[in-house]
Amino acid sequence: MTTLTVAAQDATTMVGRELKHTVRFPLLLVGAIMAPVVFLLLFVYIFGGTIGGGLGAVTHGAPYVDFLVPGILMMTVAAGSGTTAITVCTDMTGGIIDRFRTMPIARGAVLTGHVGGSVLRALVAATVLTGVALAVGFRPRASAADWLAAVGIVLAFAFALAWLSVALGLGAKTVAGANGSTLPVQFLLPFLSSAFVPAGSMPVGVRWFTAHQPFTPVTESLRALTGTQAGDNAYLALAWCAAMALAGYLWARAGFRRAAR
Amino acid sequence: MNRTTRQATRTAVSAQSLHKTYGDTKVLDGVDLSIGEGEVFALLGPNGAGKTTTVKILSTLIPADAGTATVMGHDLRREGDAVRAVIGVTGQFSAVDDWLTGEENLLLMGQLLHVPKAERRARAARLLEQFDLAEAAKRTPVTYSGGMKRRLDIAMTLMGRPRLIFLDEPPTGLDPRSRHTTWQLIRDLVADGVTILLTTQYLDEADQLADRIAVLDHGRIVAEGTPEELKRRIPGAHISLRFADAESLDAAARALPEGTRDEEELVLRVPNEGGIASLRDVLARLGDGVAVEDLSIHTPDLDDVFFALTGNPAKEQTR
Repeated sequence: MTTLTVAAQDATTMVGRELKHTVRFPLLLVGAIMAPVVFLLLFVYIFGGTIGGGLGAVTHGAPYVDFLVPGILMMTVAAGSGTTAITVCTDMTGGIIDRFRTMPIARGAVLTGHVGGSVLRALVAATVLTGVALAVGFRPRASAADWLAAVGIVLAFAFALAWLSVALGLGAKTVAGANGSTLPVQFLLPFLSSAFVPAGSMPVGVRWFTAHQPFTPVTESLRALTGTQAGDNAYLALAWCAAMALAGYLWARAGFRRAAR
Repeated sequence: MNRTTRQATRTAVSAQSLHKTYGDTKVLDGVDLSIGEGEVFALLGPNGAGKTTTVKILSTLIPADAGTATVMGHDLRREGDAVRAVIGVTGQFSAVDDWLTGEENLLLMGQLLHVPKAERRARAARLLEQFDLAEAAKRTPVTYSGGMKRRLDIAMTLMGRPRLIFLDEPPTGLDPRSRHTTWQLIRDLVADGVTILLTTQYLDEADQLADRIAVLDHGRIVAEGTPEELKRRIPGAHISLRFADAESLDAAARALPEGTRDEEELVLRVPNEGGIASLRDVLARLGDGVAVEDLSIHTPDLDDVFFALTGNPAKEQTR
């Protein structure tokens, strides 16, 4: 076996381990789905009437739910970062990591496993969220190719956030701290993006931040694919995802090395 | 088992002048080790002496600041992967996956070690049986007792059939039965030619298991030898007999002339190297005529070893 196939095999084993964890503790997944679903229902049924009315032409004639769902989808992926950081931190603070480190397995396979598990969980969560959205009236105007592209963007975003969350989990000293460190990713960045209202309606300073942070183009590229936004933000979104993935990966690698004093 | 022929074979661990410093604290201050293949080697010392650090360095977990070492012929620094391929490590803290069942934990090890599927299942089943975990195989370690968790931990180490096993304080958290199982297992492994490096705070344990013992103190090896050699250097075990009055003490001292008297305490200390047999002998020689008020048996412990070897009591040392 070449080094590469061994590395791939070990990474696959570790992804399988993460899936078993998720199956055994469905709360890891359910917890991360609940919040976005609640936000979806809240914004569709409670705030949606007023916000939708105020948006006017921005939604290109679509109801507010069609404008909202791409943002909630992005938030759903972000909500999984807490789970990822917690599982990474649990590994690092327990004895199991020392066992892995003294075994002849590919370096970093354990981290790759967390990233793989994280992406798969995000995919499941996004699917569930889309199902709920369709049930409450989400009617995307998307072709099969658009759907495929949307899945691609969700995957890229999930991959990027997975590496960031792994890095945050490596940096945390306690499991509670691990979850805390992802709160900006889970809530701050989604709210300070165009997920709920367009950037143009925000105060000047916030507007600038919202327009130039990664979660906005990700949301807007999904909107473009589902017919509530003109323009094509996909390349910008993918560029942001690539940059976040790379930064997260390098940060995680440094954190993983630092852990071996 | 013939100790001398086994030692004459290849070297499992060879370390020269290992140094490790954390901040201002010298944890290892020039440790040399030579362990023969198939040997059970015990690193004996109190908390903070550097036992765990030595194990961490030799198992590639952390690098030494200075010094060289080979493990099963592979250079620790340059051939880390080759070293990891032949060792198994059971650390001081539980290294099991709490979210997987006992069986899944073992299978995960097999998978990571690229053991073929059928062989993996067979090996896991055998280890579960051997470690008395068959009934708990489908449960997660969260439901296990400390002893069961520890046994699973050791079983996981054995999934890869390592040639050299590190056991860092193996009986930590073990009930007597688990401890017995573990000790028996260590003896079986040695019969198969596996080398074992164990660390312990208990002379008794090192004595029971080890072919050779190195005493570690403040990051240095202060004594090394077979258990017999070490025990010869420390004050012997004795039986302590206490009497109600001086007349009884006199009578006992006449019956047991090898004893040393303590007039103030009315105590006679009789050397007891032969365990129960010699205790029986002492009591027989004492006869029924002398009334013994109290009897206690003293065996040398780590404190005695340390006091004898370093002149310091073996109290907790700071790292």
